[in-house]
Amino acid sequence: MSEKPLPLDGNSAAGLLSELFAVEITGASITCDGCHHAAPIGAARLYGGRMGAVFRCAHCENVVVRLVRTPEGYWLEMKGARSLFVQARGD
Amino acid sequence: MSEPPVSRGFRGKQRSSDHAARTPPGQHLVNDFPVLSAGPTPRIDLVKWRFALTDGHNKFAEWDWEQFNALPQTKIKTDIHCVTTWSKLDTEWRGVTFDDLLAAAGLDEAPTPFALMHCYGGYTTNVPVEDMLEGKAMVATRFAGEELDPEHGGPARLVVPHLYFWKSAKWIQRIEFTETDTPGFWEELGYHIYGDPWREQRYAGD
Repeated sequence: MSEKPLPLDGNSAAGLLSELFAVEITGASITCDGCHHAAPIGAARLYGGRMGAVFRCAHCENVVVRLVRTPEGYWLEMKGARSLFVQARGD
Repeated sequence: MSEPPVSRGFRGKQRSSDHAARTPPGQHLVNDFPVLSAGPTPRIDLVKWRFALTDGHNKFAEWDWEQFNALPQTKIKTDIHCVTTWSKLDTEWRGVTFDDLLAAAGLDEAPTPFALMHCYGGYTTNVPVEDMLEGKAMVATRFAGEELDPEHGGPARLVVPHLYFWKSAKWIQRIEFTETDTPGFWEELGYHIYGDPWREQRYAGD
């Protein structure tokens, strides 16, 4: 089977994201540092296959977040993200 | 399939032990050619395609598609190993060896001990120069006798088969010579700086 990256979106990495983030992160809004477009991280385009999650802005393809799980832990890089907005919980 | 069971069985056994010896630890063999990309496949117009050797200050050489294809061409048959645990035996590539690129650029030797590959689409990966000399690496434009498919890195990709295949950068645009070993796209995010499949150097610290 070929790993076809194109049909996937950020929601496909929801399990991996939830291992690292204690909040429900796929609905968090991320603003791309390249084009300033804001969108839920779950709507980002997902690449990287089994090497890791490479989230690209659905608007301009800029890399906004990268997340790799190794046997030792998690590597997160967000230099392509201008900001991350997480909705406050209702309490 | 109808095959003579005895001779086939005998040949099969020989082949499987040969294949096992060529499969690094933690890898399994595949017959297809899986695709793994860090981004969308760039569609590169051959009229605009360029490939260069540079360092921080100089451009030692730059070739357009026609000039690149006029360089000495070499064919290799080699095994490749992806860090996601698949290996593929006897892959056939044609392209220009790193040695021939240096010679064509008029360089007696590489100006620095390390190199960082830069690709169309923004991907990067680092390889020590020594690991590209003496036929150990090429910039390939053909796979299995055909033009290299864009999904597999066409028009041109690095092939440095003795390292994990993420080092064999797809859609290569430029080889930058660097004084220090500069981590690339995956190497700065937990993957091994060198990536020797026979020592199972998948992640930093392996």
